Amino acid sequence: MTPVAAATPTGLDVEAVRRDFPALHQQVHGRPLVYLDNAATTQRPRQVIGEIVRFYEQDNANIHRGVHLLSERATKLYEGAREKVRAALNATLAREIIFVRGTTEAINLVAQTFGRANLGPGDEILVSAMEHHSDIVPWQMICQERGAALRVIPVDDRGDLILEELERLLSPRVKLAAVVHVSNALGTVNPIRQITALARAHGVPVLVDGAQAMAHMAVDVRELDVDFYAFSAHKMCGPTGVGVLYGKSHLLETMPPWQGGGDMIRSVTFEKTTYNTLPHRFEAGTPDIAGVIGLGAAIDYLHGIGLSRIAAHEDAVLAHGLAALSEIPGLRLIGTPRRRAGVISFVLDGIHPHDIGTILDREGIAIRTGHHCAQPVMQRFGIPATARASLALYSTREELDALARGLRRVLEVFA
Amino acid sequence: MSSDLRDLYQEVILDHGKRPRNFRRLDQPSCSVDGYNPLCGDHFMLDLQLDGGRIADIAFEGAGCAISTASASLMTEAIKGRTVEEARQLFKKFHRLILCEAAPEDGPPLGKLEVFSGVHEYPTRVKCATLAWHTLCAALDGQHGTVSTE
Repeated sequence: MTPVAAATPTGLDVEAVRRDFPALHQQVHGRPLVYLDNAATTQRPRQVIGEIVRFYEQDNANIHRGVHLLSERATKLYEGAREKVRAALNATLAREIIFVRGTTEAINLVAQTFGRANLGPGDEILVSAMEHHSDIVPWQMICQERGAALRVIPVDDRGDLILEELERLLSPRVKLAAVVHVSNALGTVNPIRQITALARAHGVPVLVDGAQAMAHMAVDVRELDVDFYAFSAHKMCGPTGVGVLYGKSHLLETMPPWQGGGDMIRSVTFEKTTYNTLPHRFEAGTPDIAGVIGLGAAIDYLHGIGLSRIAAHEDAVLAHGLAALSEIPGLRLIGTPRRRAGVISFVLDGIHPHDIGTILDREGIAIRTGHHCAQPVMQRFGIPATARASLALYSTREELDALARGLRRVLEVFA
Repeated sequence: MSSDLRDLYQEVILDHGKRPRNFRRLDQPSCSVDGYNPLCGDHFMLDLQLDGGRIADIAFEGAGCAISTASASLMTEAIKGRTVEEARQLFKKFHRLILCEAAPEDGPPLGKLEVFSGVHEYPTRVKCATLAWHTLCAALDGQHGTVSTE
């Protein structure tokens, strides 16, 4: 690899960033690892791993109930992480932050509480044609249960949402619209502010699946004017098994509880239970305390570097990668949206993505192949699967060059 | 190409992946079964024409990767004209080959199917190599509809 300057023109010292991520520095099948599967999960920096270890070694106790010092410290760290999430999202109140297992659970929570309380026969839920299965199936399930209908906002040939169609679909029957912030299959960055403005005009609340956005751009839930925002820690350099549901307090307060158990109650008798206030009402049972603290550390890490610097760096690497891939014969991009985040989905003429993935793996290059849990998008573009390279703050131009070389190798094998 | 990649993508596999044999539907099959791998989206429809205990004709259509397409193609060549019992014995042998286990002595020889011996080094591709065979077994067991690798 050619040496890189200490800091790229975008002001991010990518070599210094890479030193923070132990997993990046290894050989795969005898080649240096080129990790381009960040949309599936990112790697974690020492700062996050260290914080989780430190918690288990020094502060480990259950939260919200002990009178002893360790419990007090654990509670302080856990609630401190909630405040970090609030600040990162620029939410008004810490109690608008609900810790869950991940984006999927966050969406299920809204479907099972807000959905069950507000949907009736003839009502509608809107989802976009580029949603991940986790933002389709929970709505399908609750619509079926309540006799409501799921309507789909279509996508154009570039992979952009057709906003005129959204406008046409909005009506008093629509109880909620659910859209992805950044498509994991196409890379499309949806114009959330425009979408919420359209929906607001019809009094329709909007849930945004932010799983692919949080590590790559600054997200301000008030500026975006979203009603719900869901994301996972593991796609933003945090641990697996932890995620967040942000909800506007006036909505969360009217939603019935979901899972029953400890911590979500105020008092319990066999005759009657009264429920706790927000956010605890939606956090039944002992949560993943270390995971939440790890998420807090991930936010500190990303925001310490600065999301705008990360976005500028990733944009530069993305542009370099798109140019390199445009020279590969027979390569077709799936999705050419107006605004793209660091996701490149593509197919090669006559070569199945699965075979591409296996050959690249032998070159040390990790990408994702398949339908990316977004089968309706695949159907929209008339393909069974794609190969997908996805970036993170530690991705380099050299890695995208390695991908292009690897793809030429794939062409050789299938020549 | 590195030698271990060549172990997987042998010439015969690349050839059958590109130009699958018996790639069509039968007019009046005795049975048809869909085979589906939900993880990668590979999908084959397998048609069988049975004549007594013998597989008189077999064909498939669908879309999949080079490994699964070649496996389906070579399978149809290997079992056309064989008895149902021989087809089952071949699958047993083939499965052992894929998992790198000792093959049973009895039954017909694997022949060309030996080209899949490299698959065991690629655990994520075992399901690609066996999709058509699982679909065949479902057809021989009298199942209808769709079988899945998951």
